[in-house]
Amino acid sequence: MSQIGSFALLLALALSAYSFVGGAFALALPGGGSERLGETARRAGIAVFGVVFLAAVVLVVSAFHDDFSIAYILHHSNRDLPIPYKFATLWSGQEGSLLFWSLLLATYGLVLRLRHKTDARLFAYASVIIAAVQIFFLLLLNFAAHPFALVQGTIPEDGNGLNPLLQYPEMVIHPPMLYLGYVGFTIPFAFALAALVMRYPGEKWIHITRRWTMVTWGFLTCGIFLGAHWAYSVLGWGGYWGWDPVENASLLPWLTGTAFLHSVMMQEKRGMLKVWNMWLIFATFLLSIFGTFLTRSGVVSSVHAFAQSSIGDWFVVFMALTVATCVFFFVKNRSHLRSEHKLESLASRESSFLFNNLLLLLACFTVLWGTLFPILSEWVQGTKVTVGAPFFNKVMVPVTLLLLILTAIGPLLAWRKTSFESMKRNFLWPAVGALAVGLGMMIFGVRPWVDLSYFYALMAAMLASLVVFTVISEFVRGGRVISRHTRQGLLPAMMTLYHRNTRRYGGYIVHLGIAMVIIGVLGSAFNRDVEKEMGFGDKMTIGPYTLVCQSYTQDDNANYSNEWAIINVFKGDQQITTMYPERRFYKASQQPQTIPRIYPTVKQDFFLLKDLYVVYEGRNEDTGRPIIKAHLNPMVPWIWMGWLIMIFGTITALIPNAAPARVTVPAQAQPAAVGAGD
Amino acid sequence: MLRVFKGNSRRALQLGLLSIGLIALLGAGDDSARFNDLGHKMMCVCGCSQILLECNHVGCSYSDRMRGELMAAINNGDNDTGIMQAFMQKYGTAVIAAPTNSGFNRVAWIMPYLMLAFGITLVVLIVRAWRNRPLVLPAGTPTPVSGVELDHFREQARQETEV
Repeated sequence: MSQIGSFALLLALALSAYSFVGGAFALALPGGGSERLGETARRAGIAVFGVVFLAAVVLVVSAFHDDFSIAYILHHSNRDLPIPYKFATLWSGQEGSLLFWSLLLATYGLVLRLRHKTDARLFAYASVIIAAVQIFFLLLLNFAAHPFALVQGTIPEDGNGLNPLLQYPEMVIHPPMLYLGYVGFTIPFAFALAALVMRYPGEKWIHITRRWTMVTWGFLTCGIFLGAHWAYSVLGWGGYWGWDPVENASLLPWLTGTAFLHSVMMQEKRGMLKVWNMWLIFATFLLSIFGTFLTRSGVVSSVHAFAQSSIGDWFVVFMALTVATCVFFFVKNRSHLRSEHKLESLASRESSFLFNNLLLLLACFTVLWGTLFPILSEWVQGTKVTVGAPFFNKVMVPVTLLLLILTAIGPLLAWRKTSFESMKRNFLWPAVGALAVGLGMMIFGVRPWVDLSYFYALMAAMLASLVVFTVISEFVRGGRVISRHTRQGLLPAMMTLYHRNTRRYGGYIVHLGIAMVIIGVLGSAFNRDVEKEMGFGDKMTIGPYTLVCQSYTQDDNANYSNEWAIINVFKGDQQITTMYPERRFYKASQQPQTIPRIYPTVKQDFFLLKDLYVVYEGRNEDTGRPIIKAHLNPMVPWIWMGWLIMIFGTITALIPNAAPARVTVPAQAQPAAVGAGD
Repeated sequence: MLRVFKGNSRRALQLGLLSIGLIALLGAGDDSARFNDLGHKMMCVCGCSQILLECNHVGCSYSDRMRGELMAAINNGDNDTGIMQAFMQKYGTAVIAAPTNSGFNRVAWIMPYLMLAFGITLVVLIVRAWRNRPLVLPAGTPTPVSGVELDHFREQARQETEV
């Protein structure tokens, strides 16, 4: 089996090399022969998918067959590993995840090459660039991180097993989503570089790229939130985001990708920011690669990182080559990227996008800076400092608040210029609503002067509700206009409005989701937790809830042995649920793992949802008594609801617009002097 | 009348100051709040990369001991700076969860704000440059456009005015 896999990887490398060289020659050489050469290069690119897919299948089948002669399978699987996790073995280690990267890139490449008729020449350029990126990953797989490397000496009877942290259903979807996001940014990058290399006329490449970028951004968003949800559900510390370097690495391309999705509108509509957009997408791709490098090189310590290895040097060389290529073609063809219009007013949609980009890039810089500062400090002062959550929270919260202001104001500004009167008219009611929310929070006991975190929570709640109200007002205002003209009801009119510009209104739905996420995050200012040794019948109180320990029980299966606590939860005298926090001990890896239980208080709190989060931490070594830790986390469910709304918004923004309405006008007796419009 | 008002306001001021002082003293005496605050400013050094009070490894030989030491230091009446210094001396600089505001570490805090200032300046300069950019107008009397050029204008108008 391993020979088939190894051969498939070599063949994929050869095919990618052919797709790159053949494709490049076909584009460089004039004449009819180059067309045929280009077609063979395209087909070679398509074949890469088949061969890399074969290699991935071989690795998965080896995991299912417990082929421990392959070192990767030995280190990341075991005989009693449940079937879904055997499948997840593919991306749970260094070599396998690189193969998975390569497979996803080949899949994106396949789709791109099959759709080449959209614009044959632009797609041919993009195909060559994708082949170049594919060569890098296949070189890594063949010569630096071979997934089919064989075990030397005696082959053990059983494998070391999968990391217990990864044995959770979400882990079967989280990495693929994240990788689909990371890898997907190669496609807009390829189109952008292709457009620059060939001095592509017009903005069509932007239209093509936008859709790819949105899909990729959607996957990355999914990946990030699934990761956060996994951390919340598995790691057992009661939080969902710890500003770990690897978490940060996923945020970097997301931030620049978000900036690109906004600024690209200026290029489409006004022919502005061409250079900026080009570099923004280059940066996004490079940050995706950088994130992969951070996870794998061992330059930063992280709970997520793969084993330290030498492949970091490969990534450094690849990133340097990519930057050099981008700079070369930019310098060569920069005259092609001249702006077509000028900015007419500060109070305009254009300037709001400029400031939005500034803040998103500042957020990106801050995350990158905080992630790399320990390395810098070690280099400068010889000691490694820690840059953890307190730093990021302190710096990122003000930036997020400023971004929220722009998210609220931006949609109300018109292109070119907005009058003060129109701003006042559009902004009045959302602002009144936001102030009412702030006042309501203060009445219900949020005192911003008591603690800085309360102040931030109040500001974030007000600004997030401002976003929500502006989005609603935009829908209602547009819906009313259509309703007046078409005599539809308001709701159908709002649907018509959405169908006429799915991208704009889908985008507003995404803003709505982001506002909900931020409302959820601000709830952390009011988190509470209690820890106690609990024997049978012992009680623990957290907020309005009383936890009573009913019993403890144990179980055992081939993969792990476990111990549960049975905890009855009361609110007043009424029992509302029973929770079963668990602690497992995985046999193959000899590692313990806590599985917290989470109870969202939907029935009790409805709007101001809380999570009652209970962890069975194990037994006190001295007393032998079990330790239970309970967290009461307000508003966390809003984060997951906001995420779903963001994804819904992204999908709705991808739906094509309805055809513009055609109005029939009776023929005029006299012909018009200038051509009449449709 | 004025004197009465003045006397009352002085008393109110004194009362206010006294209350603030009392609240401050009460705050200073709130050991569990200090424990929570300081415990969230430190890392567990067992290698889990978690905040000290969030390390949930039962039997973690570091976090339990460190929490005990923190509580003991608070009970001893040590001030926050002293406690942080003592932990840094014992466990190294990596025990503090965020860079200190001294020496080279200050750069970590300054840089994002410096970049914000730089970015705002840059955007303002760009906006000013763009606003002052002269529009290139064709010389002579404008002539009606038609054909491809008209289509281009119509497309541009559609893009800029779509709902």
